Amino acid sequence: MSPTLMLNLEEEVSMILFGVGFTMLLLHRNLIKKIMGMNIMDTAIYLFLAAKGYIEGRGVPIMTDGVQDASAYINPVPSGLVLTGIVVSVSTTALMLALTIRLYERYHSLDLDQILISMKLEEEEQL
Amino acid sequence: MSFVQNFPFFSIIIAMFSGIVSSVLSGKKARAVSIAAITATTVLSAFVLAFCLRTGQSYTYMMGHFPAPWGNEIRAGVLEGLTALLFGVVMFLSVVGGLRYTEEDVEPSKQNLFYIMIDLMLSSLLALIYTNDLFTAYVFVEINTIAGCGLIMMSQTGRSLTAAIRYMVMSSLGSGLFLIGLSLLYDVTGQLLMSPAREAVAGITADGSYQIPLLVIVAVVSVGLAIKSGLFPFHYWIPDTYGYATPTASAVLSGLVSKGYIFLLIKFFYRVIGTETAVHSHIINILFVFGVAGMMFGSLRAIMQTDTRKMIAYSSVAQIGYIYMGIGLGTQAGMIAAIFHIFSHGATKALLFISCVGLYKASGDRTDFLALRGSGYRNRLAGLGFFVGALSMVGFPMLAGFISKLLFATSAFASPHKMLVTLIALAVSTVLNAIYFLRLMIGLYRPTKSGSFVEAAPAAKSGRTGKEGGRPAASAVNPWTMRIAIVCFIILNLILGLFSQPIVRAITDGLAMFG
Repeated sequence: MSPTLMLNLEEEVSMILFGVGFTMLLLHRNLIKKIMGMNIMDTAIYLFLAAKGYIEGRGVPIMTDGVQDASAYINPVPSGLVLTGIVVSVSTTALMLALTIRLYERYHSLDLDQILISMKLEEEEQL
Repeated sequence: MSFVQNFPFFSIIIAMFSGIVSSVLSGKKARAVSIAAITATTVLSAFVLAFCLRTGQSYTYMMGHFPAPWGNEIRAGVLEGLTALLFGVVMFLSVVGGLRYTEEDVEPSKQNLFYIMIDLMLSSLLALIYTNDLFTAYVFVEINTIAGCGLIMMSQTGRSLTAAIRYMVMSSLGSGLFLIGLSLLYDVTGQLLMSPAREAVAGITADGSYQIPLLVIVAVVSVGLAIKSGLFPFHYWIPDTYGYATPTASAVLSGLVSKGYIFLLIKFFYRVIGTETAVHSHIINILFVFGVAGMMFGSLRAIMQTDTRKMIAYSSVAQIGYIYMGIGLGTQAGMIAAIFHIFSHGATKALLFISCVGLYKASGDRTDFLALRGSGYRNRLAGLGFFVGALSMVGFPMLAGFISKLLFATSAFASPHKMLVTLIALAVSTVLNAIYFLRLMIGLYRPTKSGSFVEAAPAAKSGRTGKEGGRPAASAVNPWTMRIAIVCFIILNLILGLFSQPIVRAITDGLAMFG
């Protein structure tokens, strides 16, 4: 096994998770699982960012004991990005869930194919 | 520092705050606030454009007085000002033109929500145009997506709900790819601001390190933004989305929203990666191939439709293909053509969506070709609007579409490898465009079966227009706001078509100061 493979473990895991989430969001027919896939995908990116921002042996980027030297702390920017990203993904998830509830109330199904079939049937009845 | 330099920031914040204020207002007041905000931002954008034309250079605007590597920046130049101005005008006319239909289609208690979405959409589009920071761009991309989804589901039919979930799924995929792309870029360069990132990328390219990650970044960001703007293989959400939203929403979504992402992609190529790297990465060739494929496929599918709304929506797939073909040429001229097509398609498609609603209303709310027969006589102004829009799409001289096609064709000669493909694609696609638009237009001016022009087709169950005895009152079909919007859209098309020289020159200057 290549030595760099073990060094970048977090990044590898996050890329695998990104792939899993992306595929779920794209291909799964169940809406709830699609949303889960989206969350896995987003979380994978946050893991990636957090792993990239972390520097071995350094502290949280909050000034402690008056140490002002930047080399004592980890990079704070990725943490900020992760926080912003979490806010964004929470709102997207909320919107997706609200839409899913709407669709379930209307078509009594979570399966996207089933919903599309019901929708077509309903339209034909109206004609 | 001149006071005008604050205006990009002001216009973003005005649009955003009017959205926030509208949440506690009634529908009517929210509408007034929204229209005022759109007008204000359009005027401010005009000032920005005039300022940049006068000084002849772009400027960066520090947010919160933190210098380059840390702070957030706005950057405005001629191209940004021009785009913001035209987006503002198209947005204004779409909202005004669809006023009556928004009132009819959206529940009274949710009217203000509709205008909140419009405000947020405007602010996110302006932020995508002006921002110089990649992560800010990501946040506003998401705001744009959420506002777009809100606009689609506003009419609350089964179709619009499923369209909204499809749109959300595809957009989330695109946003995810864009986010991972900029995370990787941050790792490689250590920068999120576009201009410093460019320097870092230039350094990396010079010493030949990190070439594969850089390729992955370009690929991932391009594909992500291509998904979001509906490039050919990722277009399946477009027809339902554009076809079943309210008229204003359709006009805004197809005319502006997808263009905002394309503008961001152009900005990414010019300001972050550098055109050299982008051209060498061959990703641009992939965009070219899919753009050409989209031109063909979109037009072919449009020919197959028997429903006007879907036909216009599939035509959007083809037009997005044009823009990506222009970007894919990889030359300055191709990029100018692509940007001009962003403007001309925005003006034309919004005109088509607004004016064809007038035709539906004159045909008992039906949208199929059969019911629309002769509707050009029942609603003359809407018929004229549709006529002009369709001719512009086909590429009739004097109209905006002609200039874009001309620019695409001339720019093709600059890139020898792609010249033949581009020219053939343009020719074939123009013929296909002509087939489906002219077929519908001839239908619009054809007598119905009974031999009369004014007889409306058998009304659908939900005939909301007050048409007693054949011809509905013109004012019931065409509210004055819609007349103004259609006339202004036609004028805008003529301006883009007849006075294209200064606009093309402004785009050229803008691109020169863009990188």
